[in-house]
Amino acid sequence: MAQSSRDIKRRISSISKTQQITKAMEMIAASKLRSAQETVVSTRPYYERLTSSLGTALRAVEQAGEELPEVARNRGGDTHCLLVLAGDRGLAGGYNAAIIRQAEAFLKEHPQTEMVMVGRKVRDHFRRRNVTSLAEFVGIGDVANLRIAQDIGHVIFDFFQHRLFDNVTILYTEYINTVTHRVKLRGVLPLPEQIKETESEGPEALYVYEPSIHAVLETLVPLYVNAAVYQALTEAKASELGARMNAMRNATDNAGELIRELTISYNRARQAQITKEIAEIVGGADALQS
Amino acid sequence: MATLTFEVVTQERTVVLTDVEYVLLPGIEGSFGVLARHQPLMASLDLGVLEFGPRHGKRRKIALSGGFAEMHDNKLTVMAHTAELAEEIDVLRARQAQKRAEERLAERQADLDIARAQIALQKALLRLKVADED
Repeated sequence: MAQSSRDIKRRISSISKTQQITKAMEMIAASKLRSAQETVVSTRPYYERLTSSLGTALRAVEQAGEELPEVARNRGGDTHCLLVLAGDRGLAGGYNAAIIRQAEAFLKEHPQTEMVMVGRKVRDHFRRRNVTSLAEFVGIGDVANLRIAQDIGHVIFDFFQHRLFDNVTILYTEYINTVTHRVKLRGVLPLPEQIKETESEGPEALYVYEPSIHAVLETLVPLYVNAAVYQALTEAKASELGARMNAMRNATDNAGELIRELTISYNRARQAQITKEIAEIVGGADALQS
Repeated sequence: MATLTFEVVTQERTVVLTDVEYVLLPGIEGSFGVLARHQPLMASLDLGVLEFGPRHGKRRKIALSGGFAEMHDNKLTVMAHTAELAEEIDVLRARQAQKRAEERLAERQADLDIARAQIALQKALLRLKVADED
C-alpha cells in the first residue's frame, strides 16, 4: 500500500527521535562501563590474594592433621542459598532474562533453596510467581557499591553460620569483554576444593598463626565471602552496562536502517506525486487545445 | 635499620604501600609489633589502631575495622573491610555516627539490633581516636 508522503514523513521524524534517545543511552552506558571495567580489574588482585592466603591456611590445617573449624567444613547438606545478581532496569537485551532463566533452572534442581535477590527485575519476576526471598536489595544503582556488597555478605554468612542452609552459590554474569558476558554459577560455601590448590611453587613456608590457625580461618572465611560477593557484583554491573550498550547500539542501528528505507519510499511517493501533477497539467492543456 | 614492605588493601583500593621499619598490628588477643624479616605469619586482626613507621619516633596511624594480616618474604599485607589513614578520616561524619549509634542504644527498642549499633559506635569512637592523636 502506498502511504501518503505526509504519513511517511511523520514516521521518519518519530523514528529519528527514538534514535536520538537510544544513541544517548548507548553513550551513557559506554561511559559508565569504562569506570565499571576498571573496578572489575582493580578488585581482582584482592580476591586472588585472599583466596591464596586461605588456601595456605587450609593446607596447613590438613598437613597438621587437624580438624577444620566449623566455617570451613563441608556439612554435606542439600539446602542451598542462591544469591542472584541482576539489574534494576531493563533495556539491556537478554541480560536479566538470562539470569532469571538460570535461577529457575537452579530452583528446579535444588528445591530446598533460599534466595537472596539483587535487582528489581529478578525480585519482580519471582514475586509474581509467589517465590519468597530471604533478602532483597533493589535500587542499588549502576555502580557496584562496596557497602552493599558487605551487607549482602554479612547477611549470607550470618544465615550460613546459623545453619539456615549448607551451600551458598552466587548467580551472576561474568564480564569477559564489552560484547561477551556469560551467566555463571559460582559456589562460595562450603569452600570449593580449588582454593586449596592455589599457588604451590617451591616448598611451603612454615607459618605462625596468631592467635591460632582456627581463629585465622574464622577471620578469613567471612572476608572471603564478602570479597566473592563484591567481585561478582562488580562483574554483574559491568556486564549489565555492556549489555545495555550493545542493546542500545542495535536499536540505534535498526532505527538508521528504518529511516533509510522510509526515506526511499518517501522520495518515491513524492516523485509519483510530481509525475501525477505534471500528467494532469499536460492532460488539461491538451483538453484546452483540442 | 632494615625495612619491610608494608601494604594495606581493601576491596576498593590500596590504602598504603610503603617500606617501613615497624608495624604495630591490633591482633585479636592484643597488639603486637612486626619488624623486618619476621617469620611467615598469618594473624587475625581486631577493630583497632594500626601504626606504622620508624621503630622509635612518630608513626602514622590507620583505623582498621578488623581483618587479616599475612607476613611472607619480608612483605606484610593487611586485608580489611575498611581501613582509613588518620588524615583521611572525616571527623564530622564520625561524630555524627557516634551520636546516631548512642541514640539508638539509648532507645533500647525491642527490634533494635544492639550488636550492630555497638559495632557502629566502636567504629566511630575508633575513628575519632585515630584522627585525634594524629
